[in-house]
Amino acid sequence: MNDKIKVGMADLKSCKKPEVLTTLGLGSCVGIILYDPVSKVSGLAHVMLPDSTQIRNNSNVAKFADTAVDKLIDDMVKLGANRSRLVSKIAGGAQMFSFDSANEMMRIGERNAKATKAKLAALGIRLLAEDTGKNYGRTIEFYSETGDLLVKTIGKEPKTI
Amino acid sequence: MIDNYDNLDSMHLDLLREIGNIGAGNATTALSQLINKKIDMGIPVVSVLEFKELAEVVGGEENPIVGILFGIEGEINGMMMFVLEQAAAHNLVNILMNKELTDFNDFEEMDLSALKEIGNIITGAYLSSLSSLTSLKIVASVPYMAIDMAGAILSVPAIEFGKVGDRALLIQTDFGGQKENVFGYFILIPDMPSYGTILKSLGMG
Repeated sequence: MNDKIKVGMADLKSCKKPEVLTTLGLGSCVGIILYDPVSKVSGLAHVMLPDSTQIRNNSNVAKFADTAVDKLIDDMVKLGANRSRLVSKIAGGAQMFSFDSANEMMRIGERNAKATKAKLAALGIRLLAEDTGKNYGRTIEFYSETGDLLVKTIGKEPKTI
Repeated sequence: MIDNYDNLDSMHLDLLREIGNIGAGNATTALSQLINKKIDMGIPVVSVLEFKELAEVVGGEENPIVGILFGIEGEINGMMMFVLEQAAAHNLVNILMNKELTDFNDFEEMDLSALKEIGNIITGAYLSSLSSLTSLKIVASVPYMAIDMAGAILSVPAIEFGKVGDRALLIQTDFGGQKENVFGYFILIPDMPSYGTILKSLGMG
């Protein structure tokens, strides 16, 4: 099999089958998978922040949940995906450090996951599966052929969602 | 006015490097006294990195590390992180607690507390020297510790940087004992306005 397509932090990529998309060591960031089950065109975004409208320096669209999803859809449509068929899976949004304060800023993982889900819902994209929250890092691999999302964590068995 | 990391020139970077040098020097001395072993310190590296390059400095996104994170407040705001390679963390705990462990699953609560406290002491030494150097008030939070993939741990400071720009500035100093293998890094992450404050306090603005 070809090498996996690696998506870095604040980055997004799309592909056709049978390629595999991966992002390593997701912490409070969220990995968003979009997938067209018919054409099998797939996309992965590794977003860091919930909302581009809250931040002045927002030129990198891949950094934010709202703008990354829009860009990913555009890219995937160019590769032959049908917008109305898109479904999604998400992972990440952990709280890596157990801050005792209820400070909003510190709960960024949770906010990222929430903003991602809100964005997907607003676009009518069904969320098929998620593995979010908790306090550990995740490496994810998305298999465009099968639509499986493999989630790997340290000290636990990998799981497919 | 510095509002972007691209505006930092080589003089600024030299000065930040010197801060890393002095801070880590004190911290290393504190650690050395704590475990009663000789510890050497590397030359600090100041780098401006893209987010996707961040985890490379600590051995790749999936490399398991120990991160001890402090919020810093006062006249300088931001975060400070003390990073240890997994094997180094084992060694430190073993030296301090007189054990011979090689797996975090075997560590007891007490061992992890000891590790956190090491982070606390040496980060305190780092920050207090930074504070005396700049005459700025710096208050550190209690330590928060996580053991996980480097990418996941570094996402926390990266997100803070992400709010103001597309790159992260690291003042990174590694240290280690030849025989003891206690290699680790300090990563100082001031927020954007704090760079101006630090540089100004040292006569450059």
